[in-house]
Amino acid sequence: MSEVAWISAALTSARPQAIGALLRYFRDLDTAEEAYQEACLRALKSWPQKGPPRDPAAWLILVGRNAALDGVRKRSRQTELPPEETISDVEDVETPLAERLDGAHYRHDILRLMFICCHPDLPQTQQVALALRIVSGLSVRQIAKAFLVGEAAMEQRITRAKARIAKAEVAFETPGPVERAERLAAVAAMVYLVFNEGYSAGFAETEARSPLCTEAIRLGRLLQRLFQTEPEIMGLTALMLLQHSRAAARFDDQGEAVLLDDQDRSLWDAGMIAEGLALIDKAMRHRRPGPYLVQAAIAALHARAARPQDTDWAQIEALYGTLEILTPSPVVTLNRAVAVSKARGPGAALAMIAPLEGPLGSYFYYFGARGAFLLQLGRDAEAREAFDRAIALANTAAEASHIRNQLDRLMKDGSGAQAAG
Amino acid sequence: MLYALLCYNSEETVFSWTKEEDDLVMTRLGVVHDRLAQAGRLGPSLRLMPTTAATTLRKSDPPLVIDGPFAETKEQLLGFYVIDCADLEDALEVARDLGRANPGGAYEIRPLRLFVPGTLPADAASRVPA
Repeated sequence: MSEVAWISAALTSARPQAIGALLRYFRDLDTAEEAYQEACLRALKSWPQKGPPRDPAAWLILVGRNAALDGVRKRSRQTELPPEETISDVEDVETPLAERLDGAHYRHDILRLMFICCHPDLPQTQQVALALRIVSGLSVRQIAKAFLVGEAAMEQRITRAKARIAKAEVAFETPGPVERAERLAAVAAMVYLVFNEGYSAGFAETEARSPLCTEAIRLGRLLQRLFQTEPEIMGLTALMLLQHSRAAARFDDQGEAVLLDDQDRSLWDAGMIAEGLALIDKAMRHRRPGPYLVQAAIAALHARAARPQDTDWAQIEALYGTLEILTPSPVVTLNRAVAVSKARGPGAALAMIAPLEGPLGSYFYYFGARGAFLLQLGRDAEAREAFDRAIALANTAAEASHIRNQLDRLMKDGSGAQAAG
Repeated sequence: MLYALLCYNSEETVFSWTKEEDDLVMTRLGVVHDRLAQAGRLGPSLRLMPTTAATTLRKSDPPLVIDGPFAETKEQLLGFYVIDCADLEDALEVARDLGRANPGGAYEIRPLRLFVPGTLPADAASRVPA
């Protein structure tokens, strides 16, 4: 690894801890970010000559804090900045500081930093953009590219989000167990949003957006290192790893979405799958399954099946049943119905989703699933009607073309039947 | 003598590598591995999953299972096993068995992500003190 690459990787990985601590000192996000930027500039000058510090985060915190304090002094007294040499006592001061930065302390800094990004006043897209900017350190240009918007628009979105946060109350005292659990849940949801921004992209956007998936996995692992005994964090990281393991198989050469059943499973990433399964094993020992863990366990059953016909659909149905209890929603019921159609046939599944037409009346997947069940039951005319409605509700070109393919197949089979008749 | 080379690096950095970066490193390492393997000098080599996948069994009485890697600094790494296990529970059972035979200290249980059996000849064991 080249020196520049090493330094940039070290700066990225130290970032949440450093900005989190600087935020605690200055209690102002802009000041903390500026201080961190200044520390990075000095790191780029100093590290290649003096070698990397033993604890990069501690170095950045100290240098950033001094730089920001110098800035304040400069502004108040209009005196010159002290020469660079005067902060070279960093090495001496670093040791006690590093010792004070024990896990218990800085994990609250990082959690707080991530938590302010998921302030309930912020719309979800702003939460994600803000987290990518502040916690992950992506440039506005990178974030704009991932969201397929212009740089100026993204800049404005982030500025607006920051302004809203500046007005909000941020608690700086160490949170109690209940508050900590609430923060952790909110942060986990935000990390999963980041992941889904990348994962739900169509083929054309995959290249720009899939870095969001790897970034979310990195944040998941970070959370897990900070909160090692939380089964839901293990479940979240496992879920993201298992979903992302299929990345190479999810689109065909023409950019069409490939259904799970039709994916070339040899393209699935075996390393990510194995890590996901290991995390599920760990989480299961706690015997209090939460929504992320249950979803990860469902993804794991797909990952364990060498061929689609080996999938344990009965177990998947049971897990969706658990998920329905944990987080009741018509979408979860719809997913359970898909498992039911595989385990017990399309008739039972169709009956199950009948009451969902109200709540899911404008939901693409509802009509896609309904069409598929009807098709399997040989009720072609009704299937076509459902597929037509699905196409009208499709969110992406890939979704629409997937349904169109099924319609084509239906037409072909239909005309074949007529010819035979 | 047989020597173990224990690999240390920042896991956050290594696990942030893209597939291309990772492949590049593995290709470069492969050249060295092949040279050693052809000379019959390469023993079992492995790559571990990140510490987030680790579980630790503290060999107290009764043994205590802790989420996460071994984190104490009072004890040093003195050896390791590679064992084929059905799942984590199975691995913990093996660790408890070993712990009964040799109490004190801890076992960190970490799944592997790469295992190369190596090419050491059958008499390689004679090259360490009996």
